[in-house]
Amino acid sequence: MRGREAREQAGRKALMATLAHAEADEIARLWNESGLPSEAELLRGPETGLVTVRGRIGGGGAPFNVGEATVTRATVRLPSGQVGHSYALGRDKGKARLAAIADALWQDPVHRETVETKLAAPLRAALDAARETKRVETAATKVDFFTMVRGED
Amino acid sequence: MYVAVKGGEAAIANAHRLLADRRRGDRSVPALRLDQIVEQLALGVDRVMSEGSLYDRELAALAVVQARGDMIEAIFLVRAYRTTLPRFGYTNPVDTGAMQVERRVSATYKDLPGGQVLGPTFDYTHRLLDPELAAGAEVETPAQRPVEPEAMPRVSAILAHEGLIEADGEMPLDHVPGDITREPLQFPMARDIRLQALSRGDEGFLLALGYSTQRGYARNHPFVGEIRIGEVELELDVPELPFAVPLGSIRVTECQMVNQFKGSAKAPPQFTRGYGLVFGQSERKAMAMALCDRALRASELGEDVVAAAQDEEFVISHSDNVQATGFVEHLKLPHYVDFQAELGLVRRMRAEYEARENEDKAEDKREAAE
Repeated sequence: MRGREAREQAGRKALMATLAHAEADEIARLWNESGLPSEAELLRGPETGLVTVRGRIGGGGAPFNVGEATVTRATVRLPSGQVGHSYALGRDKGKARLAAIADALWQDPVHRETVETKLAAPLRAALDAARETKRVETAATKVDFFTMVRGED
Repeated sequence: MYVAVKGGEAAIANAHRLLADRRRGDRSVPALRLDQIVEQLALGVDRVMSEGSLYDRELAALAVVQARGDMIEAIFLVRAYRTTLPRFGYTNPVDTGAMQVERRVSATYKDLPGGQVLGPTFDYTHRLLDPELAAGAEVETPAQRPVEPEAMPRVSAILAHEGLIEADGEMPLDHVPGDITREPLQFPMARDIRLQALSRGDEGFLLALGYSTQRGYARNHPFVGEIRIGEVELELDVPELPFAVPLGSIRVTECQMVNQFKGSAKAPPQFTRGYGLVFGQSERKAMAMALCDRALRASELGEDVVAAAQDEEFVISHSDNVQATGFVEHLKLPHYVDFQAELGLVRRMRAEYEARENEDKAEDKREAAE
């Protein structure tokens, strides 16, 4: 039971991470194609605020405050009762609303599969591809050292 | 009696209208779009985010264009905007070891796991102006090297062995990180608060101070243990969810400076460290921050405080360019009454001085005559 709950939470968190990284236009486009319902009652927001970003001294030591970042969040309730939340960097209120609805729909067994396959999977694929491109472009700038032997001895 | 003098409303309104016109410039030249600034003046945008202490590229780009490219004015705009927003909380500390690295170099170890990755750097360019860029030439797409992903642990984690390099900076377990946006500065201050101030500090000021340590004012023999630039994930604990909610990622630059240290009454000979972490891609700022962080640890490490860069109150009180520009620039605002008062004072002192002079001269004459 605990294992199932942990998996459940991991799945929900993974969806939230994907939505937080994704572009608003891309979420809206896939949403329109997915046939997912988008009616929901707004319980909070969408509202923009700040989070204070923390780092660690030396990279792994005690925490310290680095600076702020804009974050927009929303909370919605579906007609079926599920409550969904969203948080993401930036100031896009439309994205916050859709992401909160996606979170709520994901908790509804009727819609979870659609959210995963029609929304999360293509978003994830695009994000992974972009990350991979960046990674191999960066890898091309890795230095290969070689040793030059000079003289006869 | 105090008499207020009012006026200039029409002049101010027209000056702002003129500013808007001059900002826009020649109307036959297309207006800049924010996405052009975000994409093509990215490091300027990063500086505004770092010193404005607000990670939001579009807002920083808007500030840059609204300030006509005046960076400190742009930083001021961003700082002012920040104060209008509520705060949702403090993120969990970012894990720079898990960064999606875009650049990573070490000047101390050639063969470290993950290797030396140059990324999009100005290093090794010839600093020649490029007329082709002016002509709007197309640029090549980047080269790709499809290799297996490789972990890139922080160099500090690799070097901890032997105990010759000090550990990451620790604080007592019950220490709550200080926040200069919530509490006024107090000296002496803990290292975590100093780092927050340095991270938003003026790049030029910190660069000059860092440079001064290299030139012998608080010399501390620095090496770049590691610089890394890339994206780190942000997560926030919120009461409504049973897990830390992912917010997306931000680009940061981290610098681990490693400094030779001959030991003191307080600490044995070892390599000590200075740390820099800033928003965006700015290794100059991260390096300067790390140099200043190390210099400011003088008292903690039992070193004599002999130079400006080691003087905490001097460095931290003057590192904020919004405060600095506010106080310097306020001098140009009307001080008519202050000046009139001072003018009267100087006139009186001058009259007294001249009266004294004349008296002395008269006395000299009398003495000569006698």
